Amino acid sequence: MVKISDFKGSSAIANVTAAIKKAKENDAYHALLSLTEERALARAAAVERGEITGKLAGVPFVVKDNFLAFGAPTTAASKMLEHFNAPLQATAVERLEQEGAICIGKANLDAFAHGGSSENSAFGPTKNAYDQTRVAGGSSGGSAVVTALDIVPFALGTDTGGSIRQPASFNGVYGVKPTYGTVSRYGVVAMASSTDTIGTFATNAQDAALIMQIMAGQDANDMTTLPDFFTPSEVEPGKKIGIIKEFMTNDVDDEVRTQVNAYIHTMRAAGHAVEEVSLPMIGHSLAMYYIIVPAEISSNLARYDGVRYGRRAEDIQTLAQLYGKSRDEGFVTENKRRIMIGSYVLSSGFFDAYYLQAQKARTLLIEEFNKLFETYDVLVGPVSPTPAFKIGENTTDPVKMYLADIMTVAASLAGLPALSVPAGNTPAGLPVGVQLIGQQKSDAQLLALAGSLEEN
Amino acid sequence: MYYNRDMTHISRDDVQRLAQLSSLQLADDEADRLQVDIQNILKYIEQLSLLDTAGVEPTYQVSGLQNVWRDDSVIDYGVTREQLLALAPQQADSHVKVPQVL
Repeated sequence: MVKISDFKGSSAIANVTAAIKKAKENDAYHALLSLTEERALARAAAVERGEITGKLAGVPFVVKDNFLAFGAPTTAASKMLEHFNAPLQATAVERLEQEGAICIGKANLDAFAHGGSSENSAFGPTKNAYDQTRVAGGSSGGSAVVTALDIVPFALGTDTGGSIRQPASFNGVYGVKPTYGTVSRYGVVAMASSTDTIGTFATNAQDAALIMQIMAGQDANDMTTLPDFFTPSEVEPGKKIGIIKEFMTNDVDDEVRTQVNAYIHTMRAAGHAVEEVSLPMIGHSLAMYYIIVPAEISSNLARYDGVRYGRRAEDIQTLAQLYGKSRDEGFVTENKRRIMIGSYVLSSGFFDAYYLQAQKARTLLIEEFNKLFETYDVLVGPVSPTPAFKIGENTTDPVKMYLADIMTVAASLAGLPALSVPAGNTPAGLPVGVQLIGQQKSDAQLLALAGSLEEN
Repeated sequence: MYYNRDMTHISRDDVQRLAQLSSLQLADDEADRLQVDIQNILKYIEQLSLLDTAGVEPTYQVSGLQNVWRDDSVIDYGVTREQLLALAPQQADSHVKVPQVL
C-alpha cells in the first residue's frame, strides 16, 4: 500500500493528477462526494514553485465531507447542506495545509455521521474496497475506502462511537481515534460534543502518527482541546496487555476471533505479556451510548433551522412549517430517529431514568477502565463482531445496525485513544481489524506498539 | 410531557409529540416507521434501569478541563459579514430574509 514517503521528492502536480485520476477510475465505489481538483492543482503548482513547503509538501489527502474545506461544498452527506460552501476551513485541514498537504476531495459518510455503514448518506452508499456488494462501514466509510484503494496515503475522519475504527476494520487500513480533546473540532460538523473526535486513516502506523502529531494540540477556536501531548514514541518491551473477555465470546464471528487471536500471538511472540481481563460494564456501553449521543445530537442539530444557512423548504406559511419542513427535507430517517430519541430521553419525566442514569453508568464504566489501567498498558479485542456486512442487510432494523458499534463505543464514552489495526483477512478475503485501547494521552504509545508489530 | 406511562411503549401520539419537540414535520409513512424503531431502541436502552447507580456521580465530560478562559477580545475569524449572509437561503439589505410567518 502507498505510504507518505512514496510521495516525497516527486512532482506535486504529478502526485495530485495521479490521485485524481485514480479517484475517477474508482468512481464505482462512491467513496467521494466531490473532487477539489482546481484548488488542489493550484496548490500543487505552488508547491512546485517552492511557495508551499512542509513535512507533507505535495502529498494528496482526502477529508470526510463533514470537515469544512475550500474547493467544494461541505454537505455532511445531507440534503440539508447539499449546497453549503464553507467560508472557513477546519483547523485540522489548515494544519495539514500548513505542512504542504493537498486535499483532493471530500469523502462520503452517513449523513451527519449518523450510522455504521455509510448507507445513510443522502447520496447513496459507499462500497467496500474488498467487495462491492458489502458496506464500507461508517460513518467515515468513504475515507476508509479511498485509503484502502491507495487513492491517497491518508484520509481524515471523525469518530464519535466508532466511525473511524469500524470502517478501518472493514477495509483493512489503520484507523486512529485519539484521546478526547487531542485535535481541534473547529470547523467540523458537530454530532455529539462529549465524544466527537477527529482522527485519520493511514496504511501504516508511522504515517498515522505523523498526521496525528501535525493535527494535535490546543486551538483557541476550540476550548475543549488539550495542551499538545502527542510526541512520537518508541515501544518499550514487555508491555502488559489485557484481552477484553467480553469481546471474545461466541457472539463474535469465529473468523474475527481467529484473526484477533493471531494478532495476540504476535504480541506474545514480541515479548509482551497478554492475559484475559474483564470489564463487566462494557456490556452496557451501547445502551449508554444510544442515550447520551442522541441527547447531544438533538441539541447540536437544532441549529439547522432553514433560516441562516442550509436547506429551506418552499411554500412556507408558518414558523413551525419553516423549521419542520426544512428539517424533514434536509435530514435522512436516521438523523430524525436520533434527534427524536434525544428529545425523548431529555424530556422532563424521563431525564433521570435515561440520561442521568446513562451518565452515572458512564462513570462506572470509566472506573472499570481506570482500574485495569493500573495494571495494564493496553487493552485488546476486535473492532467489530463481524467483517463487513452486505449492503442492505441491516437497514431495516436500527438496533441491529447499532450493534455493529458494540465494541467501539466504550472507548468513546471514556475519552480513550483507540486504534483499528489491520489483522489479516478472513478466508473469504474480508479484512478484520484488531482494536488497541490505551489510557488517555497514550495515543503515540499505542501507535508505536502497532508499528512495532507490523513486520512480524 | 404526557407520554404513555409504560416507558417502552410509544403511541402514535407520542411520535407526533416527539416530532413537534424536535421541529420535524414528518410524513405519515415515516412516522409509522419511526414509531416502531423508537420503541425497539427504547426497549434496548431500557437495560440500564437494572443497574444500581445509587451514590454514583454522573460524568458529563471526560477530559477534566475546567474553566478554560481566553482574553475578552474580538477574534478575527477571517470571515466577512457578506460571506455569512451569502450562506442564507435569502437575503435582503444586509439581513437574512425569512418568509412572513406571523
